[in-house]
Amino acid sequence: MKTARGSRLSLLLGACLMASTSMAQEGDIARGEEASSTCVACHQANGGGMNIPGGESWPRLAGLNADYIAKQLHDFKSGDRQNATMMTFANMLNDQQIVDVAAYYSQLPATAGQGGDNADEALLARGQQLAERGDWNAYIVSCQSCHGPGGRGVGKTFPGIAGQHSGYIAAQLNAWKNEVRSNDPQNLMGAIAKRMSEEDIQAVSAWYATQPSAEGEATQ
Amino acid sequence: MSSFRRQRVVALSSTVLAVGAGLSLYTANAFSQQEERADAALNQLVHEPPTMEDLEASDLHPELKRVIRYGHDLFTNTQQLRGEYVFNDMNCSSCHLGEGRVPFSAPVWAAAITLPDFRGKNQHVNNLEERIAGCFAYSMNGTPPEYGSDEMLALSAYHQWLATGAPMYPDKPIYGRGFPAPEQPEAPSYTRGEAAYQENCAICHQEDGSGHYENGEYVFPAPWGDGSNNWGAGIARVETMAGFIYQNMPLGQPRSLTGQQAWDIAYYINSQERPQDPRYTGDVAETAERFGPTFHNRSLYGQTREHDGHVLGDHANFGEKGDTQPWNVGVPRFEHLSEE
Repeated sequence: MKTARGSRLSLLLGACLMASTSMAQEGDIARGEEASSTCVACHQANGGGMNIPGGESWPRLAGLNADYIAKQLHDFKSGDRQNATMMTFANMLNDQQIVDVAAYYSQLPATAGQGGDNADEALLARGQQLAERGDWNAYIVSCQSCHGPGGRGVGKTFPGIAGQHSGYIAAQLNAWKNEVRSNDPQNLMGAIAKRMSEEDIQAVSAWYATQPSAEGEATQ
Repeated sequence: MSSFRRQRVVALSSTVLAVGAGLSLYTANAFSQQEERADAALNQLVHEPPTMEDLEASDLHPELKRVIRYGHDLFTNTQQLRGEYVFNDMNCSSCHLGEGRVPFSAPVWAAAITLPDFRGKNQHVNNLEERIAGCFAYSMNGTPPEYGSDEMLALSAYHQWLATGAPMYPDKPIYGRGFPAPEQPEAPSYTRGEAAYQENCAICHQEDGSGHYENGEYVFPAPWGDGSNNWGAGIARVETMAGFIYQNMPLGQPRSLTGQQAWDIAYYINSQERPQDPRYTGDVAETAERFGPTFHNRSLYGQTREHDGHVLGDHANFGEKGDTQPWNVGVPRFEHLSEE
């Protein structure tokens, strides 16, 4: 118990600093690039992933927080985050390789999100509302209250969701809603996802897919 | 005095209700109609304030809409007044969640239908602007915009518009008013509170209570320290903090902590340092005594922290505002009426 808390606190401290920078000292970008050969088939050489309508979308990894990526890979290995495909690939990486690929992808320039272009104005407006203000009548807090201004992520815990593919965001929200995914701290995401309707999920996924993943960056 | 007692009654019935209805209140609609709910027999005033979408759809004058929109913007991004009226890291919506609309998160429309009224804290009748000014002096560790200024008018217009359709001076208790504290099975414990804080709160508010900035932008408010409210803010009272936590935290999971956890965490948070009370006389014991009956009897101000002997509030640190003195503090009113 005490050890668990201690390690969590030190990780939190890490999040206060520039998490990606501190991670990069442990993870080796060149080695990470090498190890990423197992990832590129889906996540693409530029780390941009791909939105696949009607299928399993591959998330953009480029520019995500290194500690966040590393945690997800560990969770795929342990089964704390369930995904048959990713469990297979994560199992090919040892602990050092996980830190290395995380460091590699975190420093790649973020690419644009896909899958929001065909959304109509009303859906995007609803998405923007949920992202920026939430819908407190249904006790849905705004996305940015945890994922930060513009949905660009906060520390190692709350990943950037702006510029992510809509198919991936929707799939994850549905996974939380249906309790297929539960590797968030303190059920912070699960509690919200359960209050979201299918339309809310589509709206917010489309909205963030059209938003810039880094400040000042063009959407397309 | 009687207003305190009335609040207690509301708090009590709300707690009963919270236990009975639990989270189901929030899974459907936080404002579901009174007759649909288990608490209908409590005979409270349930008011669902309009949303910003309702504002756009309304036929209010376009100029009024603009001012209410500005009030909403000031309320949810009060940091735009940083360095002028606000000298800590807070927004109004840091404590009044859900844009000031949500029950059990001190919904602000209640002020618009119950003021002017006598206020125990400053011992005279306050109107809505003076009440908002109090938040600037204490919760925002700042100094208020002038009465009648654009900022003040916009904020009060937003409050009043949220109360649209609610009766003035209601004869029933207001559902979800304030931050009703849960029952407290045992006296709060600093040690238990520290453990529960680190377990449940630190991931966002940080181990040291400093909150969180990301790329220079404010994300999570600071529960103590210079970025937080000062010693004179309502939430410096343990009971109020316990109510806020129990009813609202962790974000998105109201009433997920036990009442004991909420009291313990509140006791821990309110046992940390924060900027000095602007009513400070230069002596913490004197200040604690002078404002004890009206306020500090329910805070830990002036008390000695057990584990390290630190006297809470025994310092002249006013935070970022330095020696700026909020102009609204300690200003008596209606003195010429006091003989009647």
